[in-house]
Amino acid sequence: MAKSSSLQKTTLSKGVKVTFTVAADEEELPSDDDDEEAISASEDEEGSDDERKHNKLLEAISSLGGRKRKKQSERSEASVQVSEFAVNAEGTGEKVNLSDLLGTVEKNSGTSNKTKKQLRNLQNSKETLELPLNKQQTEKIQRGIAYEKTAQEVSCWNPIIVQNRKAEQVVFPLKQEPLGPRRVEQVVAGWKVQTPLEQEIFRLLHNNSQPVVDPVLTPVEEASLKAMSLEEAKIRRAELQKARALQSYYEAKAKREKKIKSKKYHRVQKKARRKEFLKQFEDMCKTNPEVALEELKKMEMSRMTERMSLKHQNKGKWAKSKAIMAKYDESARKAMQEQLQMNKDLTQKMVVLSDDEHESKDEESETVPDFVNDPEPIIDSVNPWMKGRLTREQPEVRCVTPEEAEAAVEDNTEEELLGEFERKRRLRQADEEGSTPAEEKEHASEVVVEENEDVVEISDNEENDDKEEEEEEEEEVDVSEFNSLFKLMRSEKTQEGQEEDGEGLLDEGPIRVQNMEDLEVLGEVFEPQPTVAPSRPQTAVAEAASAPTKKRNMEIDLREVLTKEAKVINVPFFPTVVEDEHDEQISIIKEAFAGDDVISDFMKDKRKQEAAARPKVVDLTLPGWGEWGGVGLKPSRWKRRRFRVKMAPPPPRQDQKLPDVIISEKRNASLAPHQVSHLPFPFENTAQFESCIRTPIGPTWNTQNVVKKMTKPKVVTTMGAIIEPMVKEDFIKSRTTTPAAKGPAIMFSGDKGARRGAKRPSERNQRRSQKRRK
Amino acid sequence: MKVKVLCRNPDDYVRETTRDIQRVPRNYDPTLHPFEVPREYTRALNATKLERVFAKPFVASLDGHRDGISCIVKHSKSLSTVLSGACDGEVKVWNLPKRECMRTVQAHEGFVRGMCSRFCGTSFFTVGDDKTIKQWNMEAPGYGVREEPINTILGKAVFTGIDHHHREGTFATCGQTVDIWDEQRSSPIRSFSWGVDSFSCVRYNPVETELLASCASDRSVVLYDTRESAPLRKVIMQLRSNTLCWNPMEAYYFTCANEDYNLYTYDIRHLDVPVTVHMDHVSAVLDVDYSPTGREFVSASFDKTVRIFQKDKGHSREVYHTKRMQHVISVRWSADNKYIMSGSDEMNIRLWKANASEKLGLLSTREKAAANYNKKLMEKFQHHPQVRRIARHRHLPRDVLKQKREQREMKEARRRKEQNVRKHSKPGSVPLVTEKEKHVVAVVE
Repeated sequence: MAKSSSLQKTTLSKGVKVTFTVAADEEELPSDDDDEEAISASEDEEGSDDERKHNKLLEAISSLGGRKRKKQSERSEASVQVSEFAVNAEGTGEKVNLSDLLGTVEKNSGTSNKTKKQLRNLQNSKETLELPLNKQQTEKIQRGIAYEKTAQEVSCWNPIIVQNRKAEQVVFPLKQEPLGPRRVEQVVAGWKVQTPLEQEIFRLLHNNSQPVVDPVLTPVEEASLKAMSLEEAKIRRAELQKARALQSYYEAKAKREKKIKSKKYHRVQKKARRKEFLKQFEDMCKTNPEVALEELKKMEMSRMTERMSLKHQNKGKWAKSKAIMAKYDESARKAMQEQLQMNKDLTQKMVVLSDDEHESKDEESETVPDFVNDPEPIIDSVNPWMKGRLTREQPEVRCVTPEEAEAAVEDNTEEELLGEFERKRRLRQADEEGSTPAEEKEHASEVVVEENEDVVEISDNEENDDKEEEEEEEEEVDVSEFNSLFKLMRSEKTQEGQEEDGEGLLDEGPIRVQNMEDLEVLGEVFEPQPTVAPSRPQTAVAEAASAPTKKRNMEIDLREVLTKEAKVINVPFFPTVVEDEHDEQISIIKEAFAGDDVISDFMKDKRKQEAAARPKVVDLTLPGWGEWGGVGLKPSRWKRRRFRVKMAPPPPRQDQKLPDVIISEKRNASLAPHQVSHLPFPFENTAQFESCIRTPIGPTWNTQNVVKKMTKPKVVTTMGAIIEPMVKEDFIKSRTTTPAAKGPAIMFSGDKGARRGAKRPSERNQRRSQKRRK
Repeated sequence: MKVKVLCRNPDDYVRETTRDIQRVPRNYDPTLHPFEVPREYTRALNATKLERVFAKPFVASLDGHRDGISCIVKHSKSLSTVLSGACDGEVKVWNLPKRECMRTVQAHEGFVRGMCSRFCGTSFFTVGDDKTIKQWNMEAPGYGVREEPINTILGKAVFTGIDHHHREGTFATCGQTVDIWDEQRSSPIRSFSWGVDSFSCVRYNPVETELLASCASDRSVVLYDTRESAPLRKVIMQLRSNTLCWNPMEAYYFTCANEDYNLYTYDIRHLDVPVTVHMDHVSAVLDVDYSPTGREFVSASFDKTVRIFQKDKGHSREVYHTKRMQHVISVRWSADNKYIMSGSDEMNIRLWKANASEKLGLLSTREKAAANYNKKLMEKFQHHPQVRRIARHRHLPRDVLKQKREQREMKEARRRKEQNVRKHSKPGSVPLVTEKEKHVVAVVE
C-alpha cells in the first residue's frame, strides 16, 4: 500500500516535469497511462537514435503498460486515485486545481482559519491578474529606487563635509598616526607567542583574564565603566573632592578658633551667636511655631534658673573684689555693670505682642485715605497731560549757544541775521511757555479754519484765541523775514554773477538748478516784484495766517510751510470744511516736519561741514626740547609760534556760492583707486568689513602667539606624504555600530541553547562600539 | 657712597646659543605703532607683487615619448613614480625626482586609451585600441627578460577607459558598455548599458567606493552603483563630457570636463542643476583631476592651457601655458598636493607647481611664518582694487586672449538679444534661465 502510494508520487512528479519540459507534444498523447508517459519523457530526454534499441524499448514499455493497465482496471480503491494530499493522480495531463489542494486544508485542523479564509477568497475570485509592467518601466522603477537609496547613503557625508569646510584649519593627510610613544598593547598586537616561556606568561595572563589584544581593559574595569559613564564619574569625583575640601576647611577653622584665648573675641562671638539665634527664632515663629515654643520654654527655663541663682548679681567673690576696685577702676565698674545688665536681660520676661495688636497696626498702616494716591485735582480740565510739564522742556535751540558764540566771531551778515531770528524765536517760545496750557487746549479744536465763519468754534476762551492769532502772525513775520533773507542772498549772488558775466542774455548762472524750489527761486530772481505765491492753493490756515503778513510781504512759498511751527498736529475729529487734495498734502507735510526748524538746521550743518574741511593747525611742539620741560611748564611762545604749522587752505568748496546746497567733498580722488568700491561678498555690512580691515594681523601689533593663530593657513600638508581619499570607516561610525545593535535580535531568534554561545560576540561588539563612541 | 646702577637680568637679553636670533623686546602699545591699516595695506600690496614676481610654476619637462601622450597615471603608493601612455601604444614609467624614464613598455597596438594603477601599487592596467586589457607588473623585469603582461584579456570591442576599485580587486572599463571586472576572471562580472553605444570615461568614487560614474557619447553622465543591477541615473547636457573626476574629500561631488569649454561640478543628489559652472577655457576641456585635498582641481584643455580652479569658484585662479605646449590631453594632480603633471600632444609631460610662487623644499620656521603672514595679508586685502588687479594679472598667449575676448563679446551679444526678446514679448513668456540651468538638457531616471 505504502509502496504503491510512493510510486504514485514519483510518477506524479515525473508527469509534472514532462508537462513543463515538452509541453506541446505530450498534451496530444492519450494521457490515461502515467508510466508510459513518464518513460517516454525520459527517453525524450536521452534523445536515443538507435532504431533497434528504440523498438526494443517500445516493446518493453508496451508490455509494462499492459500489465499495469490491467491492474488499474481491476483496482478501484479510493486510496489509489486520491493520494494522501487529496490530489487526484489519475489524469496527469489535467491541471491541478486549487480546489484539489484545498481539500486537505479544509479537513486539516492544523491550519489556521485565516489561511483557510484567504484560500477560499482566492478560490472565489474570478478576476484575472494584471499584466506585469513592461521591461522599461520596471527598470525605471528599479533605477529610481536604487538612486534614492544611494543618494540617502551618500548624504551621511554631509555633516563631515560641512565641518571640513567650516574648519579653520585642515591638516592633510587626514588620518595621521598619533605622535608620541604608543602603548605596549598596541605595539604587541601584531606579535605572536613563540617560545614556551612566552606561552607560559600568556597563559598566566589569560588565567587572570587580562586582555592582551585590543580591548585593553579587564572585565572588572569594563564593568565599572559600564556602571558609570566618564562624565558622571567626573562629576561625582568633583563633588566628593569639594565636600572633602570643605570639611577640612571647616575643621581647620574650628581648630583655629578654639585656640583663640581672647575673652573679648569669645564674648563678641557669643553675642553674635545670640543675635543670630534671635533672628532664627523670629523666623521660626513664622515657619514652625512648635519648635519656637520649645525654644521659648527653654528660654523661660533659663530665666527661671537665673532668677533662682545668684549668678550675675554681683554677689560672688569676683564681684566683691571688683566692688572694691570699682572706686578706682573704670573697667571694673564697667564689668560690674555689665553683669547687672546681663542679669536684667535674663530675668526680663519676654513680651510678645499679641496678634490682634499687630493686625490693627497693619490695618492702620494700610488704610491710608484714598485721596493720598489720587492725582492732584486738575485745574486745566481739558488737557491733563500738558500740565506745564512738556512745555517746560527747553527747546533744542537753547543748547546750541556755544555754536552761536562761535558764529558770532565770524563777521557774517547772514549769521547775524540768523542769530537775530534765533533770539526772536526764543522770545516767542518763552511766550508760548506762558500760554501753553491754553494753547494746547486750543489745538484740539484748531483744525478748523478760522476764516470760514460757518465753523463752530468750540473754544470759548476769546483771549487765548487772540493771543494765538497774534503769535501766529509773529511767526509768519519770522518766516517771511527768513524767506526774504534768502531771496536777498540770492539776489546778491545773482547780481554778482551777472556782474561777472557781464550782460549775458542767456540765464547761465553759477546757480545750479537742481530742484523745483530752485526753479522757483530762479523765477523770483528775474521777477523781483512781489507776486502771488507759486503754490497757489494752500491751506486755509496758511492763508489766514498769511493774510495779515501780506500787508508787509506778499510772498508765501513751500519753505514757509516747512518752517511753520507745529500748531496743527492733532488729527481733525470733525470734517474740515475746505478740503482740497493739495491742502491735505500740505497739512501732511506740515505734520511731518512739525517742530523742525529745517533751514537753520541746514545752515548749521553746512557750517559744521565747512569747519570740518578747514585745515587745522598742527602743533609740532615738543615739550622739553631745547628748554626745560615738566609739569606746569609750557613750551615757550617762540617755540609755539615756530612749531605750529598752518596748513595751506584747501581749494574752494564747490558749494561755496550755493547757500542752500551742501556738496560733500569727502571723496578723495587720489585715494579712490585704493578704496574698495562695494561691499565684498561674505560681509554683511560695511561696519563688519571695516572692522575686519582695521584689525591688524602682523607681528608689529600682535604678540607672537596671536600672530601665529591669526595667520595659520587653512590647509596644511605634510611634505612627501600621500594624501589618501577619505575612508568611510574612519569617519562614519554608524555603520560599524549597527551590527552590535543587531546582536541581541539574533540572539532572541535563536534557540536557548545557542544563546549562551551567542552572547559573547555581541557583548564584545557592544564594548567595541562603546569604545569607538568615546 | 652708594652708587646706584641700572641692572638687568641677563636672561632677558643674552642669547642661549650664538645661533639664536637676537632677542628684541617689544612694546605692543598701539600708540607706538600707528597707521596699522595703511602699513598692512602696503605690506599686502608688496606681498602680492612679490607673489607675482616669484610665480614660476614650471618645474620640469619629461620627454621621451614618440607620440602624443594620451593618459597619465599616478602611482598609488609612491609619489616619485608616474606612468604615461602614448598614442603609439607605448607606456613609460617615470621617476620624477630624477626626471628620467625608468622603463618603456610597448603595451598596445594603436592608442593606449586608458591606464590605472592598482590600489596596492604592485601592478597597473592598460587598455588600448587593440581591444585588450593588460595587467602589468609595476616592477621592471630582470635583465634580458622580455616585457610581458601578467594578464591579457581580449574584449569584444575597443575599451576607451579603465579605472580600478580603490579597495578591492575589481576594476571597471568602458567602451560600448561599462563593465565591471574581477581581476581573477576573463569576463566581466557585470556590465551596464543604457541605450548608449560608447562611453569615453569611467571613474570609481574614491570615497563611496561602490559608486561609479561614466561619460557617454550621448552627452550624458551616467551614475552606477556596483551593488545594483541597473544604472542609477543620468544627466544629459548640451554637449558631451570628456572626462570626469570625483572629489576625493567630498563624496557626492564630481566635476566633468565638457566640450562646451566649461567644467561642471555636480552634486549626485541633485543632478538637475550643477552646483558650479567653471568657465574660463576657450576650447574643449579634455581632462580634469582633483587635488587630493579636494579643494581645487586642475583641467587640461584643447586651447593649450592648463587651468586650476577652486572647487566652488566659477573662474580659474591660475592658468599655465608655455610656448611649446600643444593641446593638453591629460593632467594629474600629484598625491602630495604639490605638483601637477600635464601630458600634451607634443609628446612631453610637464611638471608644474600647484602653487606657482610657492617656495619648494624645506622652509625654516621664520620663512614659513612670513609666507603665512603674506598669504593672510593677501587674503585680507584681496578686495582692494590695486591688490586684486595685481593678483589677477596673468599673461595669456595671444590667440587664447583673442578668443577669450571674442567669446566674451559673443556672450554679451547673446545676453543682450535675450534681454531684448524679453523686453518685446509678453511679460513672463520668456523665462529667466540662470547660467547653471542652461547647460542641463534633462535628467533621465
